[in-house]
Amino acid sequence: MADLEEHFERTIASDRRVEPRDWMPDGYRATMVRQIAQHAHSEIIGMQPEGEWITRAPSLRRKAILLAKVQDEAGHGLYLYSAAETLGADRAELTEMLIEGRQKYSSIFNYPTLTYADVGVIGWLVDGAAICNQVPLCRSSYGPYARAMIRICKEESFHQRQGYELLTAMMAGTAAQRAMVQDAVDRWWWPSLMMFGPPDASSPNTARSMAWKIKRHTNDELRQRFVDITVPQARALGVTLPDPELRWNAGRGHHDFGQIDWSELKRVIEGGGPCNARRIAVRRAAHEDGAWVREAAAAHAAKHAREVAA
Amino acid sequence: MSEWPLYEVFVRGRRGLSHVHVGSLHAADDETALRHARDLYTRRGEGASIWVVRSDRIAATSPDEKDPFFAPSADKVYRHPTFYTIPDDVPHM
Repeated sequence: MADLEEHFERTIASDRRVEPRDWMPDGYRATMVRQIAQHAHSEIIGMQPEGEWITRAPSLRRKAILLAKVQDEAGHGLYLYSAAETLGADRAELTEMLIEGRQKYSSIFNYPTLTYADVGVIGWLVDGAAICNQVPLCRSSYGPYARAMIRICKEESFHQRQGYELLTAMMAGTAAQRAMVQDAVDRWWWPSLMMFGPPDASSPNTARSMAWKIKRHTNDELRQRFVDITVPQARALGVTLPDPELRWNAGRGHHDFGQIDWSELKRVIEGGGPCNARRIAVRRAAHEDGAWVREAAAAHAAKHAREVAA
Repeated sequence: MSEWPLYEVFVRGRRGLSHVHVGSLHAADDETALRHARDLYTRRGEGASIWVVRSDRIAATSPDEKDPFFAPSADKVYRHPTFYTIPDDVPHM
C-alpha cells in the first residue's frame, strides 16, 4: 500500500500522467469522477440555452453554425463521460444523478438566452471563460481527462470565434442591434466571471487539487487572466463591460475589477437561478422520451445476434 | 446499468498512420458503434478509417504487475544499437 501510494506520488511529482488502471488514492478517484462528471453535465446542459435559438437564427448560415456548435457540445459531453467511465463510473448512473439533481453542472447555464445577441455573447464570453479554464486542464494529471480536454479545446476555438464574429456583424448593424449586444453583455459579464468558481480564500479544495495537478491554476488567477484578455476584445467590439471599477492597474500589470456578488452564485448553484428547473426538466424529458430508442436498438441487436448464432 | 455495451474506438487519422485509441462510446451493436464513432470522433475529417471493439473483449496487462511483466526486456542492453562500439571513422553505421 505504501509502495503504491509512493508510486502514485512519484508519477504526479515527475509530471507523468495517471492512467486508468493505475492505483490511485480514493480521494483522487472521487475528485476526478466528480470534476469530470460535472464538466460532462455542463456540456450536455449547455446545449439548451443556445439550442433554443437554432430555429430562430437569422439565416441558413447562422443556423448551420449554431447546429454544428450545439452538436459539438454534445460531443464534448460524450468525450467526458467516456473519460469518467475509465474511473469506474457508469454512464447511465451519471445521467441519473444529473436529472435527479445529485450532481451539479456549471451555474452559467441557468441563465436564459433572451435575444439572439445572447448566442454571440455566450460564444465570446462564456466559451472564452471556458477556454481559460480548460487550456490548463490539457495538462491535468489524469490522462484520459487531459486527452479529452485537448480535443475539446481545439473545437472550442471555433465556438468563441463564431460568437465574436456574430457580434461584430450586429455591431455593424442598426442602433437597435447594437443595443441588443450591449444588453446581452450587461447580463452575461458577471455570471461569466463567476464561472471560475469562488475566490481562492473560500475554495477549500483548491490546494489539494493543485497538489494532485488536477488543477493547474487557482480560480482567481484564471479569472484575472480572463478579464485581462477580454478588455481589449470588448474595446475592439465597441461594447462597455458593466463594471465602473474596471481599469488598468499599471502597478500590478493587470486590470482591477469590481466585487463579484457571490451570494448570487450561491443562490444559482443551490437551485435559485432563473432556469435551473427548466434545464433539468428538459434533460429528463429527452432521456425518458428516448428510452424507446435505446430499448429498440438493444432488442434489434439481441435478435440479430440470435440469428447469427442459429 | 447501461443497456448498451461499451466500445473502444480507434481512428486512423490518415493513410500511412496506425489506428490510435481516441475514446469510447456505448452502442447496441458493432454497426451502430461505427456510426456513433463517426459522428462523435470524426466531425472534422479526423478519420480515414475507424475500428471499434467491445471493451470487454480487450485483454490488457495490469499496471500492478508491470515491473515483473516487462522485466525480461530490461536486462538486454545488447538489443540496442548503442551497446556496440564502432570506430568513429567508419562511415554510414
